[in-house]
Amino acid sequence: MLTFEGVGYTQDAFSLQADFTVPIGARVAVIGPSGGGKSTLLNLVTGFLTPTQGRVLWAGFDLAGTAPGARPISILFQDNNLFPHLTVAQNVGLGLRADLRLTEAQRQQIETVLARVDLAGLGARKPAALSGGQMSRVALARMLLQAKPLVLLDEPFSALGPALRDEMLDLVADLMTETGATLLMVSHNPEDAKRITQSVVLVGDGVAHAPVETGEIFANPPAALRAYLG
Amino acid sequence: MAERAFKIIPIIGAGAGATLLLLALILGPLGALFWRAEGVAALGAADWAAVRFTVLQATLSAAISVVLAVPVARALARRQFFGRGALITLLGAPFILPVMVAVMGLLAVFGRGGAISAMLGWLGLPPVHIYGLHGVVLAHVFFNLPLATRLILQGWLAIPSERFRLVASLNITGRDVGRILERPMLRDVLPGAFMVVFLICLTSFAVALALGGGPKATTVELAIYQAFRFDFDLGRAALLAMVQFGMGAAAAAVMLWVAVPTMMGAGLGRTVERLDAPNAWWDGLLLCVMSLFLVAPLAMIIVDGLPNLFSLPASVYSAAGRSLSVALLSMTTAVILALTIALMVVRLKRGALLVESIGYLVLAASPLVVGAGLFIVLFPVADPVALALPITALVNAMMSLPFALRTLVPAVRDIEASFGRLADSLQMTGWVRLRLVLWPRLRRPLGFSAGLAAALSMGDLGVIALFSDPDSATLPLQMYRLMATYRMDQAAGAAVLLLGLSLSLFWIFDRGGRADADL
Amino acid sequence: MKYLPLAAGFCAIASSAIAETPVLTVYTYDSFVSDWGPGPAVEAAFEETCGCDLKFVGAGDGAALLARVRLEGEHTKADVVLGLDTNLTETARETGLFAPHGVSVELDLPVAWGDDLFLPYDWGYFAFVYKRDELTEVPRNFKELATSDLKIVIQDPRSSTPGLGLLMWVKAAYGDEAPAIWDSLADNIVTVTKGWSESYGMFLEGEADMVLSYTTSPIYHLIAEEDAGKEAAAFDEGHYLQIEVAGKIATTDQPELADQFMAFMVSDKFQTIIPTTNWMMPAKMPKAGLPRGFEVLVVPQISLTTEPDQVVETRNKALEEWLNALSK
Repeated sequence: MLTFEGVGYTQDAFSLQADFTVPIGARVAVIGPSGGGKSTLLNLVTGFLTPTQGRVLWAGFDLAGTAPGARPISILFQDNNLFPHLTVAQNVGLGLRADLRLTEAQRQQIETVLARVDLAGLGARKPAALSGGQMSRVALARMLLQAKPLVLLDEPFSALGPALRDEMLDLVADLMTETGATLLMVSHNPEDAKRITQSVVLVGDGVAHAPVETGEIFANPPAALRAYLG
Repeated sequence: MAERAFKIIPIIGAGAGATLLLLALILGPLGALFWRAEGVAALGAADWAAVRFTVLQATLSAAISVVLAVPVARALARRQFFGRGALITLLGAPFILPVMVAVMGLLAVFGRGGAISAMLGWLGLPPVHIYGLHGVVLAHVFFNLPLATRLILQGWLAIPSERFRLVASLNITGRDVGRILERPMLRDVLPGAFMVVFLICLTSFAVALALGGGPKATTVELAIYQAFRFDFDLGRAALLAMVQFGMGAAAAAVMLWVAVPTMMGAGLGRTVERLDAPNAWWDGLLLCVMSLFLVAPLAMIIVDGLPNLFSLPASVYSAAGRSLSVALLSMTTAVILALTIALMVVRLKRGALLVESIGYLVLAASPLVVGAGLFIVLFPVADPVALALPITALVNAMMSLPFALRTLVPAVRDIEASFGRLADSLQMTGWVRLRLVLWPRLRRPLGFSAGLAAALSMGDLGVIALFSDPDSATLPLQMYRLMATYRMDQAAGAAVLLLGLSLSLFWIFDRGGRADADL
Repeated sequence: MKYLPLAAGFCAIASSAIAETPVLTVYTYDSFVSDWGPGPAVEAAFEETCGCDLKFVGAGDGAALLARVRLEGEHTKADVVLGLDTNLTETARETGLFAPHGVSVELDLPVAWGDDLFLPYDWGYFAFVYKRDELTEVPRNFKELATSDLKIVIQDPRSSTPGLGLLMWVKAAYGDEAPAIWDSLADNIVTVTKGWSESYGMFLEGEADMVLSYTTSPIYHLIAEEDAGKEAAAFDEGHYLQIEVAGKIATTDQPELADQFMAFMVSDKFQTIIPTTNWMMPAKMPKAGLPRGFEVLVVPQISLTTEPDQVVETRNKALEEWLNALSK
């Protein structure tokens, strides 16, 4: 269970408040206007930003003081999710060991997850030799290996075409179901949210609102969301 | 950049250590001289005249180098031709040449007995008069025009080609392209290039004297020399060294304030996709003239020395071997210092500029004062002669640090901006991050820095002249010894050996960094 | 680990060998110790008889050498300092670092020598050297040089020994008239270099008609290169004499060896090495005389010198005059 306990973050003129809980296994979309604080919310969870007040807790434990990589979290960024100078297998392997000193069993594991995301046999390639969709799959394969209970997506598929994006979202949904992980997904597209999430956190006017059931929020959008959707 | 919620103490620690070492190497010798000085020193009218001449020649040299470099860089930026890569590599040559060798090469072309004077003689005209302020400036332009060209070329290639396409699509042509795209870039790049050249010319001494035509061309470094060996007035030597630092610090402050271009970065191989590039003949002529200006003195040095290259005494070759190991040690030290400082600088929230400027300040350090000061510090505790080679390597490393920093800081910053969070999220810290994230992506700038550091160390006489041991002479010292015992021909041969080794070192490491283009 | 006792034995032998071979440290200028200078031959000859290890340490030129010794002070590692010249001996004496040499020998110098601290090992005259083929009218004094349109290259007195020598030369020959001489020479001076090597190199490359060097320079070309084309111009106001000396450090821990070296320095063996390695005149004429080639040496009619106690004052005044004249 992910808890924002009276969290506040202020920097210069920007501020964001959050005070709500996301249950384990939930799939939550984070929606709102650009510059409203969607990425800030995620960064408070990952640890790239520190709350100026309040606490972020996972399963009752305060995450403060834990380095991003040591938190129970996998993250996919908007871009630069793969190291261009490492092979596909190495990029995936980083999810097991940061120093890449892998055992034979672990190499086998990499092969297995690559097969799971339909990239069997491409382990030796460098990212430059892959298509955009394939690159996303590599990142997802690593996420699978990391096997962290909380998954954060910061619009990693925004550069893909609609069909490819849907395909990736479906894959994410499947993987979430398989692993039982909790998902927090930033999106600016209501269709994405409707496709795979159960609830929506609306971020705007300096507040990240508590999650509302996805169908309900789009059926009866609050004023802020109406303004955003246009 | 995002604020970090976790500690990065070891990197900051290493970087701070490297910075402190650097500071100690700059300020320690100065302090030692003051400590040993008897009585308080004051500067006289002659010293201020030296300060004025130093500022004048450095300003002129830097201004002319930079102004000439603009059209040359533009020509290189927009033309693709056979030998372009070789020409860009050659741009590094004058910069890494030992000064006396370069002066002899220049004289062979521009001197009273040089090629141009000989041609004028056939026409019944008097010989060129190279000696004077204009001679000093000519030599400094020879050394630094290529460097300035490289810095400015970088600025051109950093303009995204989309912008050239955009102005083309808006049907903007000719001068207006310059106004919209090139002039803002030049405004960013020129002050920095100017300041780098200015700093380099600040400590010039042998060149200024040899081509300056007499004591009018007294620089601060020569005044330091006089204070130290003529009057043995350590206090005045240290005071003059401080004045030199002051000039350097002022220049460094301005330089950081106006932002310096990177030394290299993503490939110099591409050309600017400028859709309107008229006057091809003009660019061609310009490049020919500049190549001639750079190549002719180099060619003279080679022609002069080549016949003696293979009949050099064995001791010259063993000195070359020694110089190679000093160069490699110096290179390793420079790269490690620069990398640790760069890693720290990009993580500092405050004071990053200060740390960087310390890196530049070494350019204003007086080699004589550094040598003498280190001697004073070391003498009570160790045998400075036995340490001559390691000290030479360390001081040489320090002198190439500004260039390594200029290259590495932006590169590390780039990598951290693109991949820092990914690495953080995967818990790649410390050595793992260095090995798997930074090292592979830094190979190009590291190769360039390493090559430059090795080549600069190879050609520099450094502090070894002050505490040499007959059995541990470096190649430049051995070359000077040949000259000092009338063996000018063999010295010319040694100069070719030196030139060849310096350029090879640069080429090997620079190439090595580019070998894996799979980035 | 059976080699351990053996290794220990070697170490014992090695360290006792070191303890038994005393080391005599001689500081000198860099070109003396170079492979082409007198250093290697002198070292070999002295070690034949001294039962010691002679260690040369090079430090720039004469002035840098003195600065080095002054930096080290009483704790200097030097036992003997070799390579100071008559322009430096007074300053060196004032440091109080040197002890009397105690050698009594009849020297072959152009002037009488009575210094108890510093002992000469060679000497020479400064002179302007030219190429015989290229100069039809050779100036016979500074005034003729000044009125000619010949181009000369000299060295900066602040960074070079011969450069300072020229300053003292003009001052010794012309006294208060020296500034006028420098005024009139200004348009003949192509440039002033940091050291002798740069000037001489420029002269050989044709940058100047004459170069400030030594009367012995043509002899080098004659003997080593079989080139008789270089010549030193004889000036009728006389030539400035440079005498190179060595001194024993007072605090030396090898006083006997140092004395032995000072005596060796004016012996036949050492003096025979000097002419064709240091290209200077021996302070004590070797029994076999000078090597072939030295017979063409220009011998000045007048030897110019400066009284030792006048050197510093004269030097400072001459430098000021020189700077004034050439900075216009």
